[in-house]
Amino acid sequence: MSAEKLVLDSASIDRALVRIAHEIFECHKAPQLLAVVGIRTRGVYLAERLQKKLHEITGTEIPLGTLDITMYRDDLSEVGPNPEVRETKLPFDLNKRVVLLVDDVLYTGRTVRAALDALNDYGRPKMIQLAVLVDRGHRELPIRADYVGKNVPTSVKERVIIRIKEVDGKDEAVITGGNGI
Amino acid sequence: MTAGVQWTRKDLLGLKDLSVDEIELILDTAKSFSEVSQRDVKKSPALRGKTVVNLFLEPSTRTRVSFELAEKRLSADAIGMASGGSSMTKGESLWDTIANIEALKVDIIVMRHGSSGAPHRVSNYTHCGIVNAGDGINEHPTQGLLDIFTLREIKGKIKGLKVVFVGDILHSRVARSNVWGLTKLGAEVVICGPKTLIPWGIEELGVKVVHDVKKAIDDADAVTLLRIQMERQNETLFPSIREYASTFGLTLQLFKRAKPDAILMHPGPVNRGVEIEGALADSSQSYILKQVTNGIAVRMAVLYLLSGALKNE
Repeated sequence: MSAEKLVLDSASIDRALVRIAHEIFECHKAPQLLAVVGIRTRGVYLAERLQKKLHEITGTEIPLGTLDITMYRDDLSEVGPNPEVRETKLPFDLNKRVVLLVDDVLYTGRTVRAALDALNDYGRPKMIQLAVLVDRGHRELPIRADYVGKNVPTSVKERVIIRIKEVDGKDEAVITGGNGI
Repeated sequence: MTAGVQWTRKDLLGLKDLSVDEIELILDTAKSFSEVSQRDVKKSPALRGKTVVNLFLEPSTRTRVSFELAEKRLSADAIGMASGGSSMTKGESLWDTIANIEALKVDIIVMRHGSSGAPHRVSNYTHCGIVNAGDGINEHPTQGLLDIFTLREIKGKIKGLKVVFVGDILHSRVARSNVWGLTKLGAEVVICGPKTLIPWGIEELGVKVVHDVKKAIDDADAVTLLRIQMERQNETLFPSIREYASTFGLTLQLFKRAKPDAILMHPGPVNRGVEIEGALADSSQSYILKQVTNGIAVRMAVLYLLSGALKNE
């Protein structure tokens, strides 16, 4: 087990979310059209926090949803057993809304590709934007984030681990593994 | 939650073989899949490119339609085969039929057969996944699972519930699947019906047999009615349908003996005026149509889990 290198601590995660919320408000002057959708698992909690911050800044209660992309993965026909499918909850009409998709780490882009396909089956949003806490590079698809908490250059041998208080007991982003790069 | 439990079986033959964790994994997965049927676009790509043959060698409407919809909502390619129009009427054996289906590069066979144990035998001879859609009087696992799913959805739990089955238990594969599943999950199962329609020794499965329908449903959390299977009655097991209806038929009045929030279930087809009074079938405590809706989600979950396990075959 190699040592973990801290990339973001609890305070920087919070600051990043505040900044992203301001950037979103700057970009979208009509917050009543927005919807925040978190990708399971950790994206859900980040989406909740982002929605709270948007509420504080804009004074508007923005609808919040949860997306499980398991059914839409592109590796389902590779090795088994199949991963567990969890619940998707989108308690609002997606049509004509600006959907802010939230995830913890942007890596290959395959999760986001699956999320875009899934959202397509629920309706036709006016626009979909992507917010991530960490962008670690190494994209395998032509996908980019609109709002990034922190760009973290990594090697493919490394792992980026995001810990969220609700799941892991504390807030932090760390890098582990690799060959001392 | 069932975090960490993985599905590794290529077949679903019965609830008898499943662990509590496996049953709960199916139920949790079904809960997630139930949302697909509520969308405008009732489709998920999870089984894209997979082929499923529905081999129904005994009449079926609701189970066959439910499986077909589940397959289509998972984007699988579904083909129906019935005994009437197939080469089985030309003398082909079941083994040859299965071998031919496998040669067509089919992934999963959903199979209904009049003989108990037929899918179990077949599953040993094929690489295809086998889903038992009812075998003789043995099991009907997806129906058992959807009954348990509906019960859990309404009551929030299974453990400690009193669940009563009234009717033809002897010929009921639905009852057997329910008994296996519910007893594993910790429910108190009570069986009620004419003595001739209760299988001998069923108490050994951990259920209580009560012949007086009033006593049986006292304080019940759920009552499932089973119809008299006329097509399986080779001998006279009770005097007449009218007598059965007056002794065991469930009415609104009689159902008041169950708990005030008790739910009524029925796997269908319903014979109004025989095992159930029409007004009770239509009452607010009747979840018969909810069961039908839930059936699709449960079957989607089963097909999804099996297809995952088949990748390692």
